[in-house]
Amino acid sequence: MKKVIVNQVKTGFYLDSVALMRFSRTIAGMDDVEEAALMMGTPSNKKIMTEAGILGPEGEKASGGDLIIGIRAAHQAAADKALAESINLLEQSAVTRKKGETWRPRTLAAALKSDSTINLALISVAGEFAAAEARKALHQELNVMIFSDNVPVGEEVALKNEARELGLLVMGPDCGTAIINGVPLAFANQVKRGGVGIIGASGTGIQEVSCLISQGGGGISQAIGVGGRDLKKEVGGISTLMALEVLEADPATRHIVLISKPPAASVAESILARIKESRKNFTVCFLGASGLELPNNAVFSSTLKAAAESALGGTSISTGFLPDQAAASPPKGKNSVLGLFSGGTLCSETQFIFREAGESINSNVPIPGVSKLEGIPKGHCFIDFGDDEYTQGRPHPMIDPTIRDEALVKALSNPDVGVILIDVVIGYGAHNDPAGHLASVLPPRRADNPLVIASVTGTDLDIQNRASQVRTLEEAGILVAPSNADAALLALACLKRKGG
Amino acid sequence: MNNNHPSKLLTEPLHVVNIGLKAFADNLEAQQVPVVQVDWVPPAGGNTEIASLLAKLESGPIKEKINRANKEALARMLSADPVLIDVVPANEAIPTLGDRMILHAGPPVGWERMCGPMKGAVAGIAVFEGWAEDLITAERMAAAGEFAFHPNHHFGAVGPMTGMTTRSQPVLVIENKKFGNRAYCTINEGLGKVMRFGGNDEEVLDRLRWIRDEFGPALGRAIRSTGGIPLKNLLARGLSMGDEMHQRNVGCSGLILRQLAPALAKTADDLSALERSLAFMGGNDQFFLNIAMAMGKAIMDPVAGIENSSVVTAMCRNGTDFGIRVSATGDEWFTAPVEMPNGLYFPGFSEKDANPDMGDSAIVETIGLGGFAMGASPAVAGFVGAGVAADAANFTRAMTEITVGENPEWTIPAMDYLGVPTGIDIRLVLETGLAPTINTGIAHKKPGVGQVGAGVVRAPQACFEKVLVAFARTVGVG
Repeated sequence: MKKVIVNQVKTGFYLDSVALMRFSRTIAGMDDVEEAALMMGTPSNKKIMTEAGILGPEGEKASGGDLIIGIRAAHQAAADKALAESINLLEQSAVTRKKGETWRPRTLAAALKSDSTINLALISVAGEFAAAEARKALHQELNVMIFSDNVPVGEEVALKNEARELGLLVMGPDCGTAIINGVPLAFANQVKRGGVGIIGASGTGIQEVSCLISQGGGGISQAIGVGGRDLKKEVGGISTLMALEVLEADPATRHIVLISKPPAASVAESILARIKESRKNFTVCFLGASGLELPNNAVFSSTLKAAAESALGGTSISTGFLPDQAAASPPKGKNSVLGLFSGGTLCSETQFIFREAGESINSNVPIPGVSKLEGIPKGHCFIDFGDDEYTQGRPHPMIDPTIRDEALVKALSNPDVGVILIDVVIGYGAHNDPAGHLASVLPPRRADNPLVIASVTGTDLDIQNRASQVRTLEEAGILVAPSNADAALLALACLKRKGG
Repeated sequence: MNNNHPSKLLTEPLHVVNIGLKAFADNLEAQQVPVVQVDWVPPAGGNTEIASLLAKLESGPIKEKINRANKEALARMLSADPVLIDVVPANEAIPTLGDRMILHAGPPVGWERMCGPMKGAVAGIAVFEGWAEDLITAERMAAAGEFAFHPNHHFGAVGPMTGMTTRSQPVLVIENKKFGNRAYCTINEGLGKVMRFGGNDEEVLDRLRWIRDEFGPALGRAIRSTGGIPLKNLLARGLSMGDEMHQRNVGCSGLILRQLAPALAKTADDLSALERSLAFMGGNDQFFLNIAMAMGKAIMDPVAGIENSSVVTAMCRNGTDFGIRVSATGDEWFTAPVEMPNGLYFPGFSEKDANPDMGDSAIVETIGLGGFAMGASPAVAGFVGAGVAADAANFTRAMTEITVGENPEWTIPAMDYLGVPTGIDIRLVLETGLAPTINTGIAHKKPGVGQVGAGVVRAPQACFEKVLVAFARTVGVG
């Protein structure tokens, strides 16, 4: 076979030289094409083509306003194919072959230049960088939600003080959930709008309460997260107090629910003093706290469920659900409850209910009166898989539920475990089908397997749809309670049945 | 105390900027909530030492004084009034440019470290000046230290690619009427085999001789007879014609020819010489590049030496090193090994033949043109990989993130008359990790071959890291 040089001249055809260079590269890269170029026939271009050995007699005749296709190929077939492709490219040249990429700013400053109506920054970069980004946002007069954790507490205090000076709100650090003006942010659910405002130091606490209220016929005006440390002594409740101001001034908020672990005494004092001045009614849910003296306009709720019911004006959420009736008998000889949680506050609520029932329990995140889990779990045991020890370098179990798969499967054959308690959290940010995932992990139920009890934190408005998640769980042989607290009560009832 | 109250947030529709997990932005988008996703990267590319310096420079009073100084730098750039006033022999423009002195592109470099095309150009220019009989002798003399090498930038000059400037070459003279300073650049030789790409054969030298003996003087007479050609306005028109003034100068080259043709005719004493001059200018799409470069130098020189200013006053390359200067650190060069351009090649050539990046031409990016004005010149975006024309605007938008401001007189019609991003701030370059984008020609790595392609190159971050350390010291940090 013989090398061939093929030229074709398109008279009076102009195309930009950069476009032509790109076509040239495409053609030169075809099989058995040794060299190729598409160029306008100017003297300097013809010289380049001659030196590259692709200019034949036909190309020589071209003038500066003509386009030359020059191809040198290993054989005629390859040359013909390359020529056809060249013409094809030229004919298509007016059509966009590839969509341009959308520009995205690299910095907050550039983002604001592109859209001056921005009023909230949602920050979820690694903790070591989060404070710096938050500070920039505050200086640009933005309210801030910091999802990131691992922000030094000193930075948190500094940011919150700065924000207070600037008249801006800082939610977080470690703020997983908020609902502002009806918009769920980060891990949050699609709830009905209504008159209940929530201020919470806990993401899953806000999720559970807001969902129970929404499912129970009420609605949420705003849900403001303040971060897990806000009510600690070092921070002093700066954001909680600001959130109180915000909701006090909000005409849509009729009743306010406060959710947190028990605050430092000095902080509790200032918060309760502020509540006393308020014209609105409060439900205070400091999980695990006792002996609080509340002002007249506030009532205490010991569980998330009770807080939701209080906010609904006393309406019972789980009407028709009676733990004793719903209870089943765990397999013979298996007397322990193992809780596998993705929501930290849901884990705390369960501990509280078990503690109040007089059960001896342990946990990797113990509430007061509960033993710290050490070594091999014994007795009732409640594990929060969202705790740092499980999430180092991997996604949170609400995003990736596989993190507790192994523990779940192991528990099925554990000779002590009679009941497995599990939480399923849906909504924005969460896995797209956590119930389906659980069902796929569980083998067909056997009589000697422990009972599995679950609750679903979410609403029927969430994309995962609470009702269909419940159905999936029930079809997999899981007992589903209407709330996390009810799941704990159901587990206790099952134990009792065993005992009876 | 300002008049914000956090409850204001509840009275406005939520508009979110999402910095971090993209899924959060996707969720908001799904709810039709306006959200801007930031393509966040750790500051200084994760270099903790630099990041901590940047953080220190962010502290209130220091930041304030830097911003104030940068505002002044930008004001000087925007108020510049560059005018093309003359063409004269280089040693007339630069009286200190003596015998056997060779000015080159980029930061200082000696013969030993010069790249192939730079050596080729040095040999060629020595023959052209009559310092050596032939190229071999010239190289031997260069190696023996018989020529004094200096950067163009040290003499108020700039030069494209190899950037050879010697005493008898005619140079374009640009005066910045606002500040009274002048800057110089040789005349563009055209495309093909040329000295700026290291070409040095007789054809190349003959063209330089013709420029010296016939074209340069004719151009000088013509320009003088017009009383000078203001460039600011001409350039604005070029931008609207698709020029970015680095890889693409078709519009401005045409405009300058249109302005000078009558004057060339009026001052011509020989019709055939006039014909040669007009044909030379008319046949060179890049004729304006060297004017744009000298203009850049004339604009930037008055910006040098502003206390506390972190604005870049020069970027240049010698084929071995990339160098930058920053206003507050004055004349000092901060260098790093130069990078390879990413581009498209002429038939018969590939990456294997390419010389690393070269030339003083990055002065046009320093004033907001070239890669910074890519949005005005969509075709040029095609040089970067499989970039499509629609991506051109993204290059310009990205550069707005590393600049102090925009130039309201030099606008890009297709980007809703966005002013070109102006005044590169080293702090922003390091914070965003966005290196200045420079459009460039690509030379063959062997001397004498010439241009083999064109593309885009990024200024090395290492230059900016080095200068930041020195800059921080000048403002009392570090």
